[in-house]
Amino acid sequence: MGENLIPVGSGSPITREYRPRTDFFRGICWLASIVTVLLLAFILGEILIKAWPAIQKFGLGFITGVQWSPNREIFGVLPVLIGTAASSLIALALALPLGLAIALFLSEDFLPVAIRQTIRFVIELLAAIPSVVYGLWGIFVVVPLVQKYGGVLADKLGFLPFFQGPAYGNSLLTASLVLALMVLPTITAISRSALVAVPKTLREASYALGATRWESILGVILPTAASGIVASSILAFGRAMGETMAVAMLIGNSQRLSWSFLAPSNTLSALLANQFAEADGIQVNALMYAAALLVLMTLVVNMVGEAILRQTQKATAGLR
Amino acid sequence: MKSTAPLTPNFFSGAGRQTSILRLLRNKFLTGLCIFLSLLTLIPLLSIIILLLQKGVPLLGPNLFTQLPPAPGQDGGGFGNAVVGTFAMVGISLVFSVPLGIFAAVYVNEYAPVSKLASAVRFVAKLLTGIPSIICGVFAFAAIVMTTHKFSALAGGIALSILILPTILLTAEQALMGVPYAYREASFGVGATPFQTIWRIVLPEASSAMMTGIMLAVARASGETAPVLFTALFSYNWIHSLMEPTASLSVLIFNFASLPYSHHVAMAWTASLVLVTLVTVTNVIAQVIFRPKHQ
Repeated sequence: MGENLIPVGSGSPITREYRPRTDFFRGICWLASIVTVLLLAFILGEILIKAWPAIQKFGLGFITGVQWSPNREIFGVLPVLIGTAASSLIALALALPLGLAIALFLSEDFLPVAIRQTIRFVIELLAAIPSVVYGLWGIFVVVPLVQKYGGVLADKLGFLPFFQGPAYGNSLLTASLVLALMVLPTITAISRSALVAVPKTLREASYALGATRWESILGVILPTAASGIVASSILAFGRAMGETMAVAMLIGNSQRLSWSFLAPSNTLSALLANQFAEADGIQVNALMYAAALLVLMTLVVNMVGEAILRQTQKATAGLR
Repeated sequence: MKSTAPLTPNFFSGAGRQTSILRLLRNKFLTGLCIFLSLLTLIPLLSIIILLLQKGVPLLGPNLFTQLPPAPGQDGGGFGNAVVGTFAMVGISLVFSVPLGIFAAVYVNEYAPVSKLASAVRFVAKLLTGIPSIICGVFAFAAIVMTTHKFSALAGGIALSILILPTILLTAEQALMGVPYAYREASFGVGATPFQTIWRIVLPEASSAMMTGIMLAVARASGETAPVLFTALFSYNWIHSLMEPTASLSVLIFNFASLPYSHHVAMAWTASLVLVTLVTVTNVIAQVIFRPKHQ
């Protein structure tokens, strides 16, 4: 390439001409990028191919079926889908007020920085504890608690379908309680950055009008940060749907449909965790089908959450 | 038209005070509620830490790291093979994901930041962070266990490598972004090629921030159970090759937690204590020792 040659004048101290050579490193990096992009396609393709026999055999009946009995080769995941959605929704309902309170607490100046730092550290610690340890803790702490007070709930509120007895220790409620704890860091972190991004001028304007701190928070700051908080809830929902080990240890792994929070249930990821190691034949394909459904659900939820988050960041970027 | 707001007669008389006290009370109440809810989350965390210490410490000893797990119903033993297995599989995952993640990040941030491929890589990395960890296990099961007809450390390691690839890629990209642009201009200015600039100037500058990302990925991978649960399975023996079922700390906890033998349950608690310590120490090292240079 002639135009890339740098002409060397007679008086120049440079004695060599610069000649660009083929950059092999660029090639390596390009290859790594291509592999990364293809990896996602490979993962999805591999799961779909292995699920294909089950997709052909059971079709949409797999999604609407209520029975899962591998030895009779009947596979239906409706109760599992409902369990996945229910456990994640209950977890979100429990975690959202807590997460929002902590996010407010961390973004406002209620207390000295040292205490806020401690709370932040605690939340980060919660995020670092492995799922399986939450499961072990749940078996020893949450299961007995739910067993003890679940009976009381069933007695007092048993007229509602959600609290029908008998109360089991390993139940939807147990799994949801632990899940709530596990998605708390996600909600806190994203809500906090949404709250911090609210322009100072809005808060000052609200104070100048004579609003108290909480009137400003409820009337100005939370509404401004609302879409970020919605995004954090959606992303936390996605996380909760994919969370495996703690749920598999606590939810009771039952495929029976029930309205009660106190009855055992199951989720897609727990189903996979419990059955894959011992599965063979068409059961493997059915589990792959279930895995494909899980991927589809989490991808959709995450994409919606990310889209809202990006929208929010764009909307507040100009306000400073 | 008056230019200033009129002072109404009751401006200083406190006629509006009644509602004002209500407003202040509401303000105080909500502040209290907020602090209460925040402190409420401390209870489960404290409970976890206390139980880990209370139930995990009694069995703690050097034998744990040199002996094999006891058969169900027996006492004694340790989980040396599980510690080795965890390290082996995390190591395998790093072998795959560190070069892939860092080279892709270099392409995305240095060579072609505004190309279609770069935005595709960023998009895929974002999607991969959202994929449940068990899906990594399902993929490794489909791609490796089903083709080799064997549960193996290799399959577990590959499942983990997919899990940590987005972490490594995205933190590496952040690290590269943190290197001031003037460094590259200076390097080009003295006649360095793009490769020389990246290899000798940008990568060394970004390396400590990249190490943070890698350590965070190690912490994440060593705590994960779902990807190795049905890819590496479990074993009561020492690891001899990468193509055989391999024990890991997390799967040991999962398996032993539900056994009806109190000794095994106690061992699950001790393994949890070891695992949480390992993960926390790695996290702290990541954040304290390899502090990013440019902030």
